[in-house]
Amino acid sequence: MQALFGQLLLGLINGSFYALLSLGLAIIFGLLDIVNFAHGTLYMMGAFAAYLLLSEFQVGFFPALFLAPAAVGLFGIVVERTMLRRLYRLDSLYGLLLTFGLALIIEGLFHHRYGNSGTPYPVPELLRGGLALPFMYLPLYRAFAVVTAALVCFGAWLVIERTRLGSYLRAGTENPRLSQAFGLNVPLMRTLTYGFGSALAAFAGVMAAPIYQVSPAMGSNLVIVVFAVVVIGGMGSIAGSILTGLGLGVVEGLTRYLYPEASSVVVFLVMAGVLLLRPAGLFGRTR
Amino acid sequence: MHRRPMAILALPLLLAEPALAAEGISDGVVRIGVLTDMTGYYSDLAGPGSVLAARMAIDDFGGKVAGKPVELLSADHQLKADVASNVARKWFDEDKVDAVVDLVSSSTALAVMPVAAEKKRVLLLSGPGTTAITGAQCNAYTVHYTYDNWALANGTGREVVKDGGKSWFFITADYAFGKSLEEDTAAVVRAAGGQVLGSVRYPSPGTTDFSSYVLQAQASGAQIVGLANAGADTVNSIKAAHEYGLTKKQRLAGLLIFISDVHSLGLDVARGLYATTAFYWDRDEASRAFARRFQSHPDNAKKTMPTMVQAGVYSAVTHYLKAIAAAHTDDADAVMAKMREMPVDDFFAKNGRIGPDGLHRHDMYLVQVKSPEESKYPWDYYKILRTIPAAEAFPSVEAQKCPLAVRR
Repeated sequence: MQALFGQLLLGLINGSFYALLSLGLAIIFGLLDIVNFAHGTLYMMGAFAAYLLLSEFQVGFFPALFLAPAAVGLFGIVVERTMLRRLYRLDSLYGLLLTFGLALIIEGLFHHRYGNSGTPYPVPELLRGGLALPFMYLPLYRAFAVVTAALVCFGAWLVIERTRLGSYLRAGTENPRLSQAFGLNVPLMRTLTYGFGSALAAFAGVMAAPIYQVSPAMGSNLVIVVFAVVVIGGMGSIAGSILTGLGLGVVEGLTRYLYPEASSVVVFLVMAGVLLLRPAGLFGRTR
Repeated sequence: MHRRPMAILALPLLLAEPALAAEGISDGVVRIGVLTDMTGYYSDLAGPGSVLAARMAIDDFGGKVAGKPVELLSADHQLKADVASNVARKWFDEDKVDAVVDLVSSSTALAVMPVAAEKKRVLLLSGPGTTAITGAQCNAYTVHYTYDNWALANGTGREVVKDGGKSWFFITADYAFGKSLEEDTAAVVRAAGGQVLGSVRYPSPGTTDFSSYVLQAQASGAQIVGLANAGADTVNSIKAAHEYGLTKKQRLAGLLIFISDVHSLGLDVARGLYATTAFYWDRDEASRAFARRFQSHPDNAKKTMPTMVQAGVYSAVTHYLKAIAAAHTDDADAVMAKMREMPVDDFFAKNGRIGPDGLHRHDMYLVQVKSPEESKYPWDYYKILRTIPAAEAFPSVEAQKCPLAVRR
């Protein structure tokens, strides 16, 4: 029983990473109608930014938590203004192709420069050690990761669903022309949204660095699972993707405990099942 | 279409080739190809270091053998069996490579062995561990040079059980190497009166987060958690074990540890780990001399000390060249016969002999990782507990059951 609780907690920790990433993806899809295949790469860039900040400039983890997302967010803004902007009036397939191509190029460059073996990133001094819970010994850093991810996810949901800025963003998505007629600067909002989504991915990357090791392939390994999460949760539903991310993390953790060989496939089995029963996803609205 | 006349001209040359190959050096050049993992998670223990070791071996031999030059090629198989066999095929068919060295992983080795046998070229394996290489899947063109899983299981495994580790749980890399190492070690543990409480097999490569498996190992209550994995997997699982407090109540047995792993982990995390190794740079003056040249070589960007895989590549290439010199040809059958006939006695292998099954049986060393206080200078990581003589270190020819070696 105790072993099970330990695995469930671990699953929750993994799930919080899925939630963070699928949140960014859902926001970008919800507000920009772009399937952002570069999301995993932005996550990887965040982790690498943290690593480079440490190795080249001796900048530690906590400053990196802000600097790396800022840098990657800026990169996202540039990408949106120069490339994505031209695709809005076209089929969303083009956005997918563009971001996919970008992902391959960037990942290839990183692979060329850094090879494929993971580079370790040390857990910050402040967060070393752990809590001795009755059913397991929980490393402090993982507890920090879950709490921080939960806060960020909740904060993002709050901004989008409950604030004025969020309502402008949602209006801009539902009816860009009308919103623009009312004076909302829709292009600017789109740029900021993509920048914010990129920054969110990079933030997840920095948090992941001490746990998963920094490697060019880390993004592509993860992004496919994240897409499955967003599809299951329902494309465009922000609360849906957060809850599904957590839920699937737990499911994956259980599978690792019961039958580890299936742990990499279980998410897709769930996705297949959900799509058969509820094609719009668990929380999705048919657009 | 206009290529056909050219092909017809080439035919007589193709027919003449086999006759030339029986005597003298084919194409007037001996080509050695190092096929290894250049950028993946075994790249630190083999990779560019293996290429460097081969380079040093060729240079030290004089750059030529039997009056003909020696050329070195290298390629990255990315730990993928299909990439490895395609590169090997291309090397043998198009680039006229005479010997392929290293491979480093068991799955790529098993994939390339049939290709080498089909093309009748020499394969010098340094790094792969599975005993199938000189057992059920043996062939006449493969030398399993540096170590095998049986040596590790019997070296480290037996020592840990003797030290009081009676109940075991395994964290195993789910492919040929890991499974073989787990089985060999489990057999040793049971034979020594211990018991195996369970195991978990994780997907490899591709796993960097070992939390879940460490938790299962803790839940098992075993005294010893055996790590049937290598390279970055071992480093990550040891780190995870420390993070989750596993080492407070249980002990880790790293079944395959390289000095590059100890270097990554640092002594305060790696202290006390047992390892069975074929080579330690600080063992004697000859090893130190080689290691210092390796470390200070301009191609060694990270200034690392050689691992046993890399030192094994140096020794294997040297032995291969000596065999060519003795046989006056690079024809695979003649060279393999000479390699088995000549003993190996250099800084790497003491009392080394390549058997009819292709297994290079030589002395191994049981070492323990020093604590930070015991370490006096950079890379001073191991204390040598004892020398395991060749006959004890490796399985006998009879035990391996290689079909080639069965004499009637």
